Amino acid sequence: MSTDTIQNTDTAFTENGISYPSKVMLDLKDLKKVYPTPKGDYVVLENLNLQIMREEFVTIIGHSGCGKTTMLSMIAGLNPISGGNISVLGNPVKGPGPDRGVIFQAPSLMPWMTALENVSLGVNQVFPHATKKERLDIAKYYLHKVGMDGSFNKKANELSQGMQQRVGIARAFAIKPKVLLLDEPFGMLDSLTRGELQDILIEIWNKEKITAVMITHDVDEAIFLADKVVMMTSGPRAKIGDVLSIDFERPRTRKSVLEHDDYYKYRKHLIDFLEH
Amino acid sequence: MKQSVTLNKVTQLIGMGFFKNIANLFTGKLEKDEVKSILRKTLVPIASILLFIGLWHAGAKALYNKEAEFKIAKALEDQGQAEADALKVCIASGDSSCQPNTLPSPIQVWGSFKSLLKDHNIISADKAAFKEKTAAMNAKRIEQGKDPITYTGRPSFVDQIVRSLKTVFAGFLLALLIAVPLGIFIGLSPTLKSAFNWFIQIFKPVSPVVWYLLVFMIVKTILIDSSEDSSFTISFISVGLCSMWATLVNTAMGVASVDKDYINVAKVLKLGTFQKVFKVILPSSLPLIFTGLKITLSVAWMVLIAIELLAQSPGLGLFVWEEFQNGANDSNAKIIVAMFVIGIIGFLLDRIMLAIQNSVSFVKTDAI
Repeated sequence: MSTDTIQNTDTAFTENGISYPSKVMLDLKDLKKVYPTPKGDYVVLENLNLQIMREEFVTIIGHSGCGKTTMLSMIAGLNPISGGNISVLGNPVKGPGPDRGVIFQAPSLMPWMTALENVSLGVNQVFPHATKKERLDIAKYYLHKVGMDGSFNKKANELSQGMQQRVGIARAFAIKPKVLLLDEPFGMLDSLTRGELQDILIEIWNKEKITAVMITHDVDEAIFLADKVVMMTSGPRAKIGDVLSIDFERPRTRKSVLEHDDYYKYRKHLIDFLEH
Repeated sequence: MKQSVTLNKVTQLIGMGFFKNIANLFTGKLEKDEVKSILRKTLVPIASILLFIGLWHAGAKALYNKEAEFKIAKALEDQGQAEADALKVCIASGDSSCQPNTLPSPIQVWGSFKSLLKDHNIISADKAAFKEKTAAMNAKRIEQGKDPITYTGRPSFVDQIVRSLKTVFAGFLLALLIAVPLGIFIGLSPTLKSAFNWFIQIFKPVSPVVWYLLVFMIVKTILIDSSEDSSFTISFISVGLCSMWATLVNTAMGVASVDKDYINVAKVLKLGTFQKVFKVILPSSLPLIFTGLKITLSVAWMVLIAIELLAQSPGLGLFVWEEFQNGANDSNAKIIVAMFVIGIIGFLLDRIMLAIQNSVSFVKTDAI
């Protein structure tokens, strides 16, 4: 296991008639982030290298304030890059775009819109050539997938936090991004709701296999969801500290994961890193 | 059932939710807590109104006695015992020629209110008769291309209220049309904000009187060829300019302070400028825009009185001023009537704004 990059068998592949030279979906090279302060530059990230393959679910854990969110928002294009580069399928990231869907920590739904309108806002933007009905069907399909049947026309501010985040998940998947970025999406929820939403997320993900990068503070969540858990060192000058492959079979159930012999080995590995 | 649902909605919308409880009083769906709440929300205001009227009555009486004693003492000093006695008798008899002129009692104000309504009925009847009489002649005049003859008698109290309302609405509309779009542009662009900031900071605190004078200078010259009465134009423009600042500042602030998460969503989805403004920024700043509009409407109604007075525009402001100048026996009572009318209309305007706000905005605001 290398400390800097994830080693994968890298092969060319073809999708929708376009051939790509490698299986690397997301490539972060020598990434650097500097915030200027009155006392001089504050280097949040430095020499950060990470490759994420197609159809991989990667969770990122690290101490609070180490720069996980900074890294994710740089991938999303919402935060400028100070050095190095980020590319998606070989194309450098130059700003935000719907090819990188984001699920924010707060659900960030427009409270004046209904659940359906919130999802449609993205769908209409990304599929301008589809007919009205097709777009509506897409939005409804994903809302159905997250278990929001019967609440399509409820205003977002009438929904509970957990319900809102379900809509947030539907909105992110509905625009069919190449990469899904999740910034502690379940951090604000109680543990029961969190478990429900993890199940929903993994169920949709099993179907869509969208490359996903998710920040979390929860070691169990990190293991349950991920193919790989990326551990970041503490800042400043944070970088990738370690990468742990989670080799459970998919589809997974919570029960099978908890009962697996390797579970506590993985868990110990992560906790040892965090307490180190 | 459906009817009561709508009733609830309407009362909630105008911030008078307690009507629901009163409705429940008759339909027998009452809990113990609700009884308490009804008592608090109905009996307490009624009791405080009665207390207010009582205090007012006692105060008015004390002032009346003081003024009467002073008058009698003065008569005694200037004109002798006989005149003073005669005055005492005259005051006691309630004759209007010698009543002390001071704060009117609630009963006098109520009497004046009724006499103003009666006066309105007389004037309306007069107007209707005039219209009937001149109908045939006006039809002929219009055929000949001449202006029709219009009623030029004095306006009634109700006419003056209507005139004031028209002025306020025209002024409010002007404020809305200027301040909301300008506020949006200022909120969106830091450059425009720097360009306009000095302007807002300097003109915001300017008094209504000065605004009136400024508008008067400009409109007088613009309308120099027109023979029509420009007092309405001048007063509504002044009202609009005085009152628009709250909306301008609140709109700019609302637009500039849209939740960063919403902006990020718009960025990720790559919404165009038009969509970003109309689907994200405007809806999100509506609560603040409405807060501004509510302040604007109440300021408009407040400065209206002063401006109508200056502009000689025949509304409530001019009514108050003329009654004060008039100094007739019931003038003071009429001024107090106008005060209540102004207050109640101001209150209703505020509630109407609240209802509109709650029907279009995603944040429900309660009345204070």
